[in-house]
Amino acid sequence: MNDKSKSIVGLVIFLALVIFPVLYNFAVGGAGPRPELELPEGESRCVEDKDFMTAHHMDLLLEWRDAVVRQGKKNYTSQAFGEIYEMSLTGTCMNCHTKRETFCTRCHDYADVDNDCWGCHVEPEGQ
Amino acid sequence: MTMAKFDEPGYYKHEDLLKVDYHPPRTGWMDTPVDFRPGTYIYPGKAKNLKYLDLPNPRNWAVTDEDWKLQENWKEIVLDGMAERLRRYRTFRLFMDICVRCGACADKCHFFIGGGDPKNMPVLRAELLRSIYRKDFTALGKILGKIAGARELTYDVIKEWFYYFYQCTECRRCSVFCPYGIDTAEITMMGRELLGLLGLYVNWAIEPVANCFRTGNHLGIPPHGLLDTLEFMVDDIEEATGIKVDIPMNKKGAEVLFVTPSGDYVAEPGIQTCMSYMILFNEIGLDYTWSTYASEGGNFGLFTSHEMIKRLNAKIYAEAKRLGVKWILGGECGHMWRTMHQYMNTVNGPPDFLEVPKSPFTGTVFENARSAKIVHIMEFTADLIKHGKLKLDPSRNDHIRVTFHDSCNTARGMGILEEPRYVMKSVCNNFFEMPENTIREQTFCCGGGAGLGTDENMEMRLRGGLPRGSAVKYVQEKYGVNQLAAMCAIDRATLITVCDYWAPGVKVTGISELVANAMILKGEKKRTKNLRLETIPGAEEEDTAQGNIEHLETIEGMHTTKGGSSNE
Amino acid sequence: MNVFISLAAVVFLFLAGLLGAGAGLDALFGIVIPYIAIFLFLGGLIYRVMIWANVPVPFRIPTTSGQEKSLPWIKQSKLDNPSSTLGVIGRMALEILCFRSLLKNTKTELHEDGHVAYGSSLWLWLGSMAFHWSMLIILLRHIRLFIEPVPGAITFLHKLDGFLQIGAPVFYVTSFIFPIALLYLLFRRLGDPKLRYISLVNDYFPLFLLIGVGISGFWLRYISKTDIASVKELTVGLMSFRPVTPAAISPLFYGHLFLVCVLLGYFPFSKLVHMAGVFFSPTRNLANTNREAHHANPWDYPVKVHTYEEYEDEFREKMKAVGIPVEKE
Repeated sequence: MNDKSKSIVGLVIFLALVIFPVLYNFAVGGAGPRPELELPEGESRCVEDKDFMTAHHMDLLLEWRDAVVRQGKKNYTSQAFGEIYEMSLTGTCMNCHTKRETFCTRCHDYADVDNDCWGCHVEPEGQ
Repeated sequence: MTMAKFDEPGYYKHEDLLKVDYHPPRTGWMDTPVDFRPGTYIYPGKAKNLKYLDLPNPRNWAVTDEDWKLQENWKEIVLDGMAERLRRYRTFRLFMDICVRCGACADKCHFFIGGGDPKNMPVLRAELLRSIYRKDFTALGKILGKIAGARELTYDVIKEWFYYFYQCTECRRCSVFCPYGIDTAEITMMGRELLGLLGLYVNWAIEPVANCFRTGNHLGIPPHGLLDTLEFMVDDIEEATGIKVDIPMNKKGAEVLFVTPSGDYVAEPGIQTCMSYMILFNEIGLDYTWSTYASEGGNFGLFTSHEMIKRLNAKIYAEAKRLGVKWILGGECGHMWRTMHQYMNTVNGPPDFLEVPKSPFTGTVFENARSAKIVHIMEFTADLIKHGKLKLDPSRNDHIRVTFHDSCNTARGMGILEEPRYVMKSVCNNFFEMPENTIREQTFCCGGGAGLGTDENMEMRLRGGLPRGSAVKYVQEKYGVNQLAAMCAIDRATLITVCDYWAPGVKVTGISELVANAMILKGEKKRTKNLRLETIPGAEEEDTAQGNIEHLETIEGMHTTKGGSSNE
Repeated sequence: MNVFISLAAVVFLFLAGLLGAGAGLDALFGIVIPYIAIFLFLGGLIYRVMIWANVPVPFRIPTTSGQEKSLPWIKQSKLDNPSSTLGVIGRMALEILCFRSLLKNTKTELHEDGHVAYGSSLWLWLGSMAFHWSMLIILLRHIRLFIEPVPGAITFLHKLDGFLQIGAPVFYVTSFIFPIALLYLLFRRLGDPKLRYISLVNDYFPLFLLIGVGISGFWLRYISKTDIASVKELTVGLMSFRPVTPAAISPLFYGHLFLVCVLLGYFPFSKLVHMAGVFFSPTRNLANTNREAHHANPWDYPVKVHTYEEYEDEFREKMKAVGIPVEKE
C-alpha cells in the first residue's frame, strides 16, 4: 500500500468519525423527534413561569431538597405568582405531573441527562 | 605581541561571549535587518568554483556589498524554485504548514544558547521561509498579509536567508524535541538550495565541492598526492610500532573498498585516525583497497543541494563496481554517514552488483546494511572485538581519561550510539559520559558542521560550541577528562578550537586511534610511543609487558563470559 | 498588537453570533453557517491532506532518537529508532497520544561562569496534554446532542467526566481543565519574551477562539442553563438534514455555535491542521531501514557527474608515475 492510499484510508476513517452522527441517525431509522411535553390537564401554569422552569427546574428541586431536609422548612413562595406551595416532589410536583415517564424520563433520556431523584424517591402508585 | 584578529579565538573574550542577551530586540523580527558583523558570516563562493560545477550566476562578490549582483529576475527564480520544491519534498510542504510555534525548539539550538539571536531559534529560522510561503502560496496569507504572518520577498529577505541558513549546522537537535518532528535541517537545505539558484554559496562549502568533483576529495588532493600522504603515514606507523603496512591503492578484486573523509588525510588527529585504519586492516589481514577516485567519504553536497549530494556521491558505487569489490567499509565521519546512510542508496543505489556485507573474520552478516552494502567502521570494529579477534591492551591508554562526543549526524540520522561506546570501553579503562542532555540523541553540534567550520566564522563557532564546550569542561572538572573522542572528521577539526577555548587541556581524538594504540600487533616492537609519536606515560617501565598480558587475559575472559560466542 | 487583534476578532465574532441570532437571523447562524462550516472543515481538510499525500517523500530521513538496529548483541531502541512497521506505529502512537517529544522537553540556562544547565521542563507537555485530551472528551461528550438514542458508551463517558457529582447539572471535570489549560497556553505565550516575539495572530486567534468556545459553553451549561432539549432538536435537525431553529434557544447559544463554526472553517487553513499533519511527518513515520532496504525517489533524475574516465584522463600520467594502476595505459 503506498502513501497515497494510506492517506485516503485515513481520511475515510476520519470522515466516517465526523459524520458518525449522520450515519447513526440514519441507521436507527431517523432520530426520533423531540419528545412532547405532556402538560397536566386543567392547569395553566407551574409554580414559576415557563422559562424559569425550563432552565432552572433542577435548581428549584435542589433548593427544595436542601430547604426541607437540612433546614426543616415546608413551604415555598412562588417568585412569579406569590402563591405558597408545599416543597414536595411527590406531593406537589407529581400531583399534577403524575407520570414520571411522560414528564421526566422522556426529555431526560432525549438529552441524555441523568437525574438522581429516583434513587431516594419512589414514584407514586396510581394513574 | 600582535593583536588577534576576528578570525582567531583570541580575539574573543570569554566574558564578552558569555554575556548572552536572550531578550529579543524591540523591533519585530520582520523589521530587524541583518547585521553582517565580521566573525559571524562566511565568505561567498568564488566564481571559479561555481563555473567548474556549472552552477548559476558565477561572479565574485562580497557579503558586505550593497549589491549582490543577483539575476534580473531573482524574485521569479526564487518563487519558482520554492514552488518546485513544495511539489517535490513533503517535508518542505508539511513543515511550512504545521508548525504551531510552541517554542519547544527555541533553546535547543546551540547557536541560540550561545548567541541569543532570536532568529537562531529553529522556529524563527523556519519562519524566515514560512513568511514568504504564506505570502505567495497560501490563501490566508495572500488576503490578510502581515496579519497572517506573511511578508513580501525582498532583497533584504535574501540577505537574511544567506546569513541565517549559514548559521544552522543542520544538526537536527531541534527535531528531536519538536512534537511534529519538524526538521530544521530540511528547512535549511531548502533555503540553501533557493540561495543556490541565485548563485549564493559560501566558499567554505562550494570550494570543497568543486575540489571533490574534480579530484575525488574535498581537499583537492590529486591521486599521486594521496599516495604520498598515505606513505608518510606508513613511515609514522613504522616508527611507532615497528610494523610496515601496505597501501593497497585502486586495487581491483579486493574484497572491500574503504572510504573515509579527506579530513583524515591532514593534520592531527585526522591522520592518526587514518593511520589507525591502516594498522587495523593490516593486523587482521583485510583484503581491502583505497581509491584515489573515491577518496572522499564526506559529501559537502549535503551542505549545498540534493542534486549536489548525488553528483558527488555517484563515484562511491561507481568505483566499487569498477574495482569489483564485494562491499564497502566507511571510516569515522558524521555528515558522510548521514549521506551514506540516508541518501546514498536512494540517489545512486541500489548497488545490486555488490554482496551483502559479511565480516571475513567473524562471519557476521551486517543485516542492517543488506541493501546499501556499506558498513560503519565502528560496527565492523565492535564485531571484531566482541568475537575476540583483536588483541588489546587497554592499559596503554590508561593516561587517557576519555569522554565521547556523539556526532549529530550519526546520532540523529543513523543511531550508532552503542557501537562506539563498546569499542571505547574495550580499549580504554577510563571512559566517562558527559551529562545526558548533551549526548546520544540530545548531543550538541561542534558548532562548525554543515559548511560553517571556517575561521572567518569564528565568533559563531565559539558561540555555537559553547554547549559542547561547557559539557566537556564539566567532565574535565569532575572526572579529570583529558581527551574527547569523536567519530567525525569535522568534529576532529573544529572541536580542537572549541575545547581549547571552552575547556583548555582537553585534546581531541578519533576512536580508531584509541583502538590502534591499544592493539597488540603481531611482531610489533616495544610500544613506547603512541601514534602521535609521543611517549606513552609509564611505557618505559620494565614490568609493563607482564602487566599488559594479565590485563589482556581479563579482557578476553570478559568476552567469553558475556557470551560473545553465541552470535554466529 | 497581535494579541489585541486576535482578541478583538474573537469578541466581534461572538457578538455577531449572539446579536445576529437575537435579531432574528437564527436560521443563518443556526443552519446556513453550520453547514458551510462543516463543508469548509471537511473539504479543506481533504484538500490539505491530499496536497501532502501527493507530494512525494524523496528521501528516508527519520530523526533517530535511539540505538539503531545493528549487531545482534546490541540492544536496539525499537521505539525511538524503529526498523519495523510495528515500531513506527508504536513511535507514532506515543507521539500522537502522549506527545512524547514534548515529554523530552528541557529548559536550558546559561550561567555566568559559562556553565550550561539543563532542567526538565514539563509544563508545556502538561498544558498541551490537558488541553488536547479534555477537548477530545468534550467533543465526544457532545455526541449525545447529535444522535438519538444515545449509546451507552457516550453516557458512560460523560458520567465519568462528571464523577464528582456536584451541582445540577453535574460539573464536568473537563469543563474546568479545558479553559484553564488554554489560559495557561495563552499566558505562557505572553509571559515568555521569546515566545511573544515569535507569536503571530495565527497563534493567538485560535487560542482566543477556543477559550471563547469553552467559556460560552461553560456559561450555557452551568450559568444560563439553556434549554438543552431545544438545542438537541436543532443539532439533530442539522444531522438529519431537516434543520429547525427552535425558538426556546437563547442567543448565547448562537454565540457559542458561531465560534465553533469559525473554528471549523478556519481549521484546515491554519496551523491547526497539525492534527492531520503530524501523521505525515517523515522524520517520525519512517523506519530507519535506509541501508537495509532501498528507498526510491519518484522524481529522481540523472545528474552531471565526473566519471572515472574523465578523472583518469586528467591524472593518468601522474598515476602511472607513482605506480597507481590505470585502466588505459
